[in-house]
Amino acid sequence: MKSLRAFGRFWYDFIIGDDWKIAVAVILALGATAAVMTVAHASGGSLTPWTLLGAGLILAFFVVSLVLDTRPKK
Amino acid sequence: MNNAAVWGLLIAVFVACFVEMVEATTIVMAMGYTRSWRSAALGTVAALAVLGVFTAAAGYALATWLEPAVLKLVIGTLLLIFGLQWLRKAIYRYSGRKAVHDEDEIYRDEVAAAKAAGSAKPGVDLFAFTVSFKGVFLEGLEVVFIVLTFGLSARTDSDGTGLDPLWYATIGAVAAVIIVLALAFVARKPLSMIPENTLKYGVGLLLVTFGLFWSVGGLGAFFGEPDGIQWPGNDLAIVGVLAITFALSRVLIGVFRSTPGPESVPTADRTASEGVTR
Repeated sequence: MKSLRAFGRFWYDFIIGDDWKIAVAVILALGATAAVMTVAHASGGSLTPWTLLGAGLILAFFVVSLVLDTRPKK
Repeated sequence: MNNAAVWGLLIAVFVACFVEMVEATTIVMAMGYTRSWRSAALGTVAALAVLGVFTAAAGYALATWLEPAVLKLVIGTLLLIFGLQWLRKAIYRYSGRKAVHDEDEIYRDEVAAAKAAGSAKPGVDLFAFTVSFKGVFLEGLEVVFIVLTFGLSARTDSDGTGLDPLWYATIGAVAAVIIVLALAFVARKPLSMIPENTLKYGVGLLLVTFGLFWSVGGLGAFFGEPDGIQWPGNDLAIVGVLAITFALSRVLIGVFRSTPGPESVPTADRTASEGVTR
C-alpha cells in the first residue's frame, strides 16, 4: 500500500507538479470548449472557429491561476 | 509533415532535452568528481537502460491503443499541463518572484551531500550510483515524455510521407545528449555558462504552444473527427498560438514586476520526487 501511494505520488508530482490549479484550469477550459463545441456541432456548424475559443480559455484560466498564486496574503 | 512543423518539432525537443541533460550532467559530475566516476557511470547506464525499456513500452502502448484524436487529446493535455508549469516558473523567475535556476549552486549542494555521506567505499559506491541513477532517470523521464508526446502527436498530423515524426523527435533528443556530453567533456565543470533560465522559458513557450494546439484539436474525438479538429490555417496556427503565448507571458512578467506581491511564490524547484526540475 505504501509503495502504491509512493508510485501515485511520484506521477502526481511529475505531471501535476506543485500547482494543482494549472491542471484544474486546463481541464475546466477544455471542458468549457467541448461544451460550446457540442452546441455548435448540434446546429451543424464547423468546429474550426471554436478552436480559437479553446486557446483563449486555456490562456485566460492560466492567468487566473497565476493571479490566485500571487495575490498578496492578508 | 511540412518544413515548419518539422523544424518546430526538432527545435522544441532539442531545447527541452538540452536543458534536462545539463541538469542530469551536473548531478553525475558532482558524484564523479567527489566520489567515484565508475559508480556514477554505472548509475547513468542503468538509468538509461530503464528509460529505454520504459520508452519502448509506453510508446508502443500509446501508439497502438489510442486513435489519433484521443491520442492528441490525452497527450496534448498532459503536455499542456507540463508546459504551463514550466512557463509559470519562467514568468516568476523573470519577474523576480522566484530565484533563478543556478547550476553552480546545484553542483555545490550535490557535492556537499556527497561529502556528508562519508568516504566512498571500494567497488561500487552505492551513494554515487543511486544519486546518479535518480538524477539521470528523473531528468531523462521528462525527455522521454517530451519525445513521445511530440513525436506521437506530430505523427497524427503527418500525411505519411517522409520520415516518421517520432524519428525527428528522437534525432532532436539524441543531438542534445551528444552536444551536452561533448560540452561537459570539454569544460569539465558544471555547464553554468549555458543560459538555462532563458532556455527554460523557451521550452515552456513551446510545450504550451504544441500542447494547446493538440489538446484543443483532440477534442474532435468527441465529435466523430478521428484525426482531430482542424485549426484555422492548419499548422500555421502554431505560429499564432506561440506569438500570443509569448506576448501574454511578457505582459504577465511586466505586471508581476510592477505590482506588489509575495517575493517568493510557492514553487519548488525540485518537487517531492526530488529531482524533477522545470
